[in-house]
Amino acid sequence: MTQRTRPLSPHLQVYRLPLTAIVSILHRMTGVLLAAGLVLFVICLAQIEAGSSSFKAMQSFIQQPFISVIIWLIIYALFFHLCHGIRHLFWDMGEGYDKILMNYYLILELFGSIALTGLSFLFLQLGGAA
Amino acid sequence: MKYQTPLAKAHGLGSAKTGTHHWWMQRVTAVALIPLSFWVILFIQQLFHASYPEMKQWLSSPFNLGLLLSWAFVSFYHAAIGLQVVIEDYLSPTWLKITIVWMVKLAFLGGAITALVLAIRIAVSAG
Repeated sequence: MTQRTRPLSPHLQVYRLPLTAIVSILHRMTGVLLAAGLVLFVICLAQIEAGSSSFKAMQSFIQQPFISVIIWLIIYALFFHLCHGIRHLFWDMGEGYDKILMNYYLILELFGSIALTGLSFLFLQLGGAA
Repeated sequence: MKYQTPLAKAHGLGSAKTGTHHWWMQRVTAVALIPLSFWVILFIQQLFHASYPEMKQWLSSPFNLGLLLSWAFVSFYHAAIGLQVVIEDYLSPTWLKITIVWMVKLAFLGGAITALVLAIRIAVSAG
């Protein structure tokens, strides 16, 4: 009996999202995460306003390795959202719809966001030493 | 049996004159946030490394205070209308959708006002 290769509809249990789709949903997820991160911003301001001792308590809290890692993950989320957001702006102008280049843009924005996070990290280390 | 026309159903559910405003403001705030996001890195650097007097002095300079307030208002606005779209996409019942969207918007307005008050108090106390 010959095996015929009929087209199959996506099987939901084994269907793997293409990378473009994953990045697309990550844009929304990082957006929600960053919106939650704004609460942290207000808390930081409140700690500065409350006075020297509460500022120092907050500073030693965020300097803990585990908390620092979380903060850097949020910063990465910010740059990822920023880079993919720029692509959305190009899309809105009617540019960047070439199907062949989709994965290329994707790699560009992933590396861009990693590079920006890395540069910020270096900047913070240098600033700390100064 | 209801003798209601489709038009009557649509009345009160929003006007048809500002349909693109929300979409456009999301883009305008997005563009503004590109440079402002880099200022946030400067702010985080201060949070990690500055002493308390340095932190207050840094925040109360007109440059940083201005950027802080710009960043706060633009980002809270961008976040609120962004979350609105997410809520509208995933929440189906209309009453729940409208309630949650209003709660989120009020919360973010409150957050922005809190940030404004705190920043001004920090700047004033720094002299």
